[in-house]
Amino acid sequence: MIEIKGLKKSFGNNVVLQGVDITIRDGETLAIIGASGCGKSVLLKNILGLMKPDHGTVRVDDLLINTATQRELERLRVRMGFLFQNAALFDSMTVEENVTLGLREHETRIERSRGSANQQPKARSQTELKNLAKEKLNLVELWNKEESKPDALSGGQRKRVGLARALMMDPAYMFYDEPTTGLDPVLSDQIDALIQSLTQKLNVTSIIVTHDMFTVERIAERVIYLVKGLVYFDGTPDQLKRSEDSEVKKFLHRYSVSDH
Amino acid sequence: MLAWTGFRVRRFLAEFGAISRLLYRTFTYTGATFKNRSLLVKQMYFIGTGSVPLVLMIGFFTGMVSALQAAYLFKGLIPNSFVGSAVSRAIFVELGPVLTAIVVAGRVGASMAAEIGTMKVTEQIDALESLGINPIRFLSAPRFFAAVLMMPILVIFADCIALVGSYVVSNFFLGLSAKVFFDSVQRLFDVKDVLLGLLKALVFGGTTALLGVYVGFATDGGAEGVGKATVRAFVLSSAMVLVMDFVIWTVISKA
Repeated sequence: MIEIKGLKKSFGNNVVLQGVDITIRDGETLAIIGASGCGKSVLLKNILGLMKPDHGTVRVDDLLINTATQRELERLRVRMGFLFQNAALFDSMTVEENVTLGLREHETRIERSRGSANQQPKARSQTELKNLAKEKLNLVELWNKEESKPDALSGGQRKRVGLARALMMDPAYMFYDEPTTGLDPVLSDQIDALIQSLTQKLNVTSIIVTHDMFTVERIAERVIYLVKGLVYFDGTPDQLKRSEDSEVKKFLHRYSVSDH
Repeated sequence: MLAWTGFRVRRFLAEFGAISRLLYRTFTYTGATFKNRSLLVKQMYFIGTGSVPLVLMIGFFTGMVSALQAAYLFKGLIPNSFVGSAVSRAIFVELGPVLTAIVVAGRVGASMAAEIGTMKVTEQIDALESLGINPIRFLSAPRFFAAVLMMPILVIFADCIALVGSYVVSNFFLGLSAKVFFDSVQRLFDVKDVLLGLLKALVFGGTTALLGVYVGFATDGGAEGVGKATVRAFVLSSAMVLVMDFVIWTVISKA
């Protein structure tokens, strides 16, 4: 479970989050929407501990992110998958190396710190890692691209590799930062379908930051609408669509004007 | 003017603190870097093997120019048979380590800043952290230790080729035979000079890598920011090599 209480975050004079309270239950699929610059991505990065809150608390399972040590955060992140807005693939590595890096480093670290009496399984061999990478790449419907470099991939393929990389360690939490931004409608649909099928297949807690209402309607069970760094609306996608609130209507209208 | 000076001093202190913190955190991963050597070896290859041709060329010409300059300064005062002694000591203690470090600052320091800077602005550093990989362990430590290990080796290469260069010039332009030149080298040879040069190389290597990595991590502002970071890393590293050279000389002369 993720519990956020009174979260505030500023950058200089720019106040991005002004006191956010959200509780995300295990297995839930939550979409966080809002205009650009309303603090959606900052909220995600606070949950992952990539940023520390100025005020308030962020707790993931039993770990308080505010005071967690680097080691504790590293251990927590092994149970989290993050799909970045631009996929953030490592350009110097092949697709396969990108996908296996997290697991390889994690297992090497465990093996290094393991005592002789420890019963933990040995780190996977190169072949096992290769096969696992292939399995995850097939799961995101990407075939025969293991040896390609990221710059040889299309936008949609990069997102798929990013998704496969995030799924490599079988995370309990999946975070998607604007998964369909910058993609054409056909690719956006494919990525939405992929996220939906993964969410159902893997039974993970999913948090999707987006301003794409198609994604929200198709995938989310619950929507949070952020306005000026505060939770303005918290409900189901259906409740959001039927809301008579002028601020919500303004956002949905803007979306409908820009996307249709 | 006062406010501007205050701002610059505050900024300098903040950056000095951040660089010291990066150095400390890099040292905390010493064991991890040497246990899992693949990243270290990759960087050693890039810094060491990749820099050899450039270092050899710079070393050769430095040796040649040093010999000509020594002969020019000695004219009418000291016989040319002392060129070997003077040039070799200057190469071992000063020219070898400093010029090699400046070449490496241009090639390696700037490239580290560009690579890590690009990773920073394209969220690849965040992606590393999201995978539970510490960027200091993964990026900073292998580069720092590889530079510290490889710089003395590069300096040995530079010293040797510079001696060859100064012999070539001494032979062709000053008419010194190999025996006269190398006897002269041997006459004032002191192993402490070589060790001092290698100590400097070690410090310069660490300084160059640390600044390259620091500037990379501090990059922002997209492609323009990466360009600025590359130039900044080269300027900072080169300047710091000269500052550290002075510091080492000061410490040695007091000891």
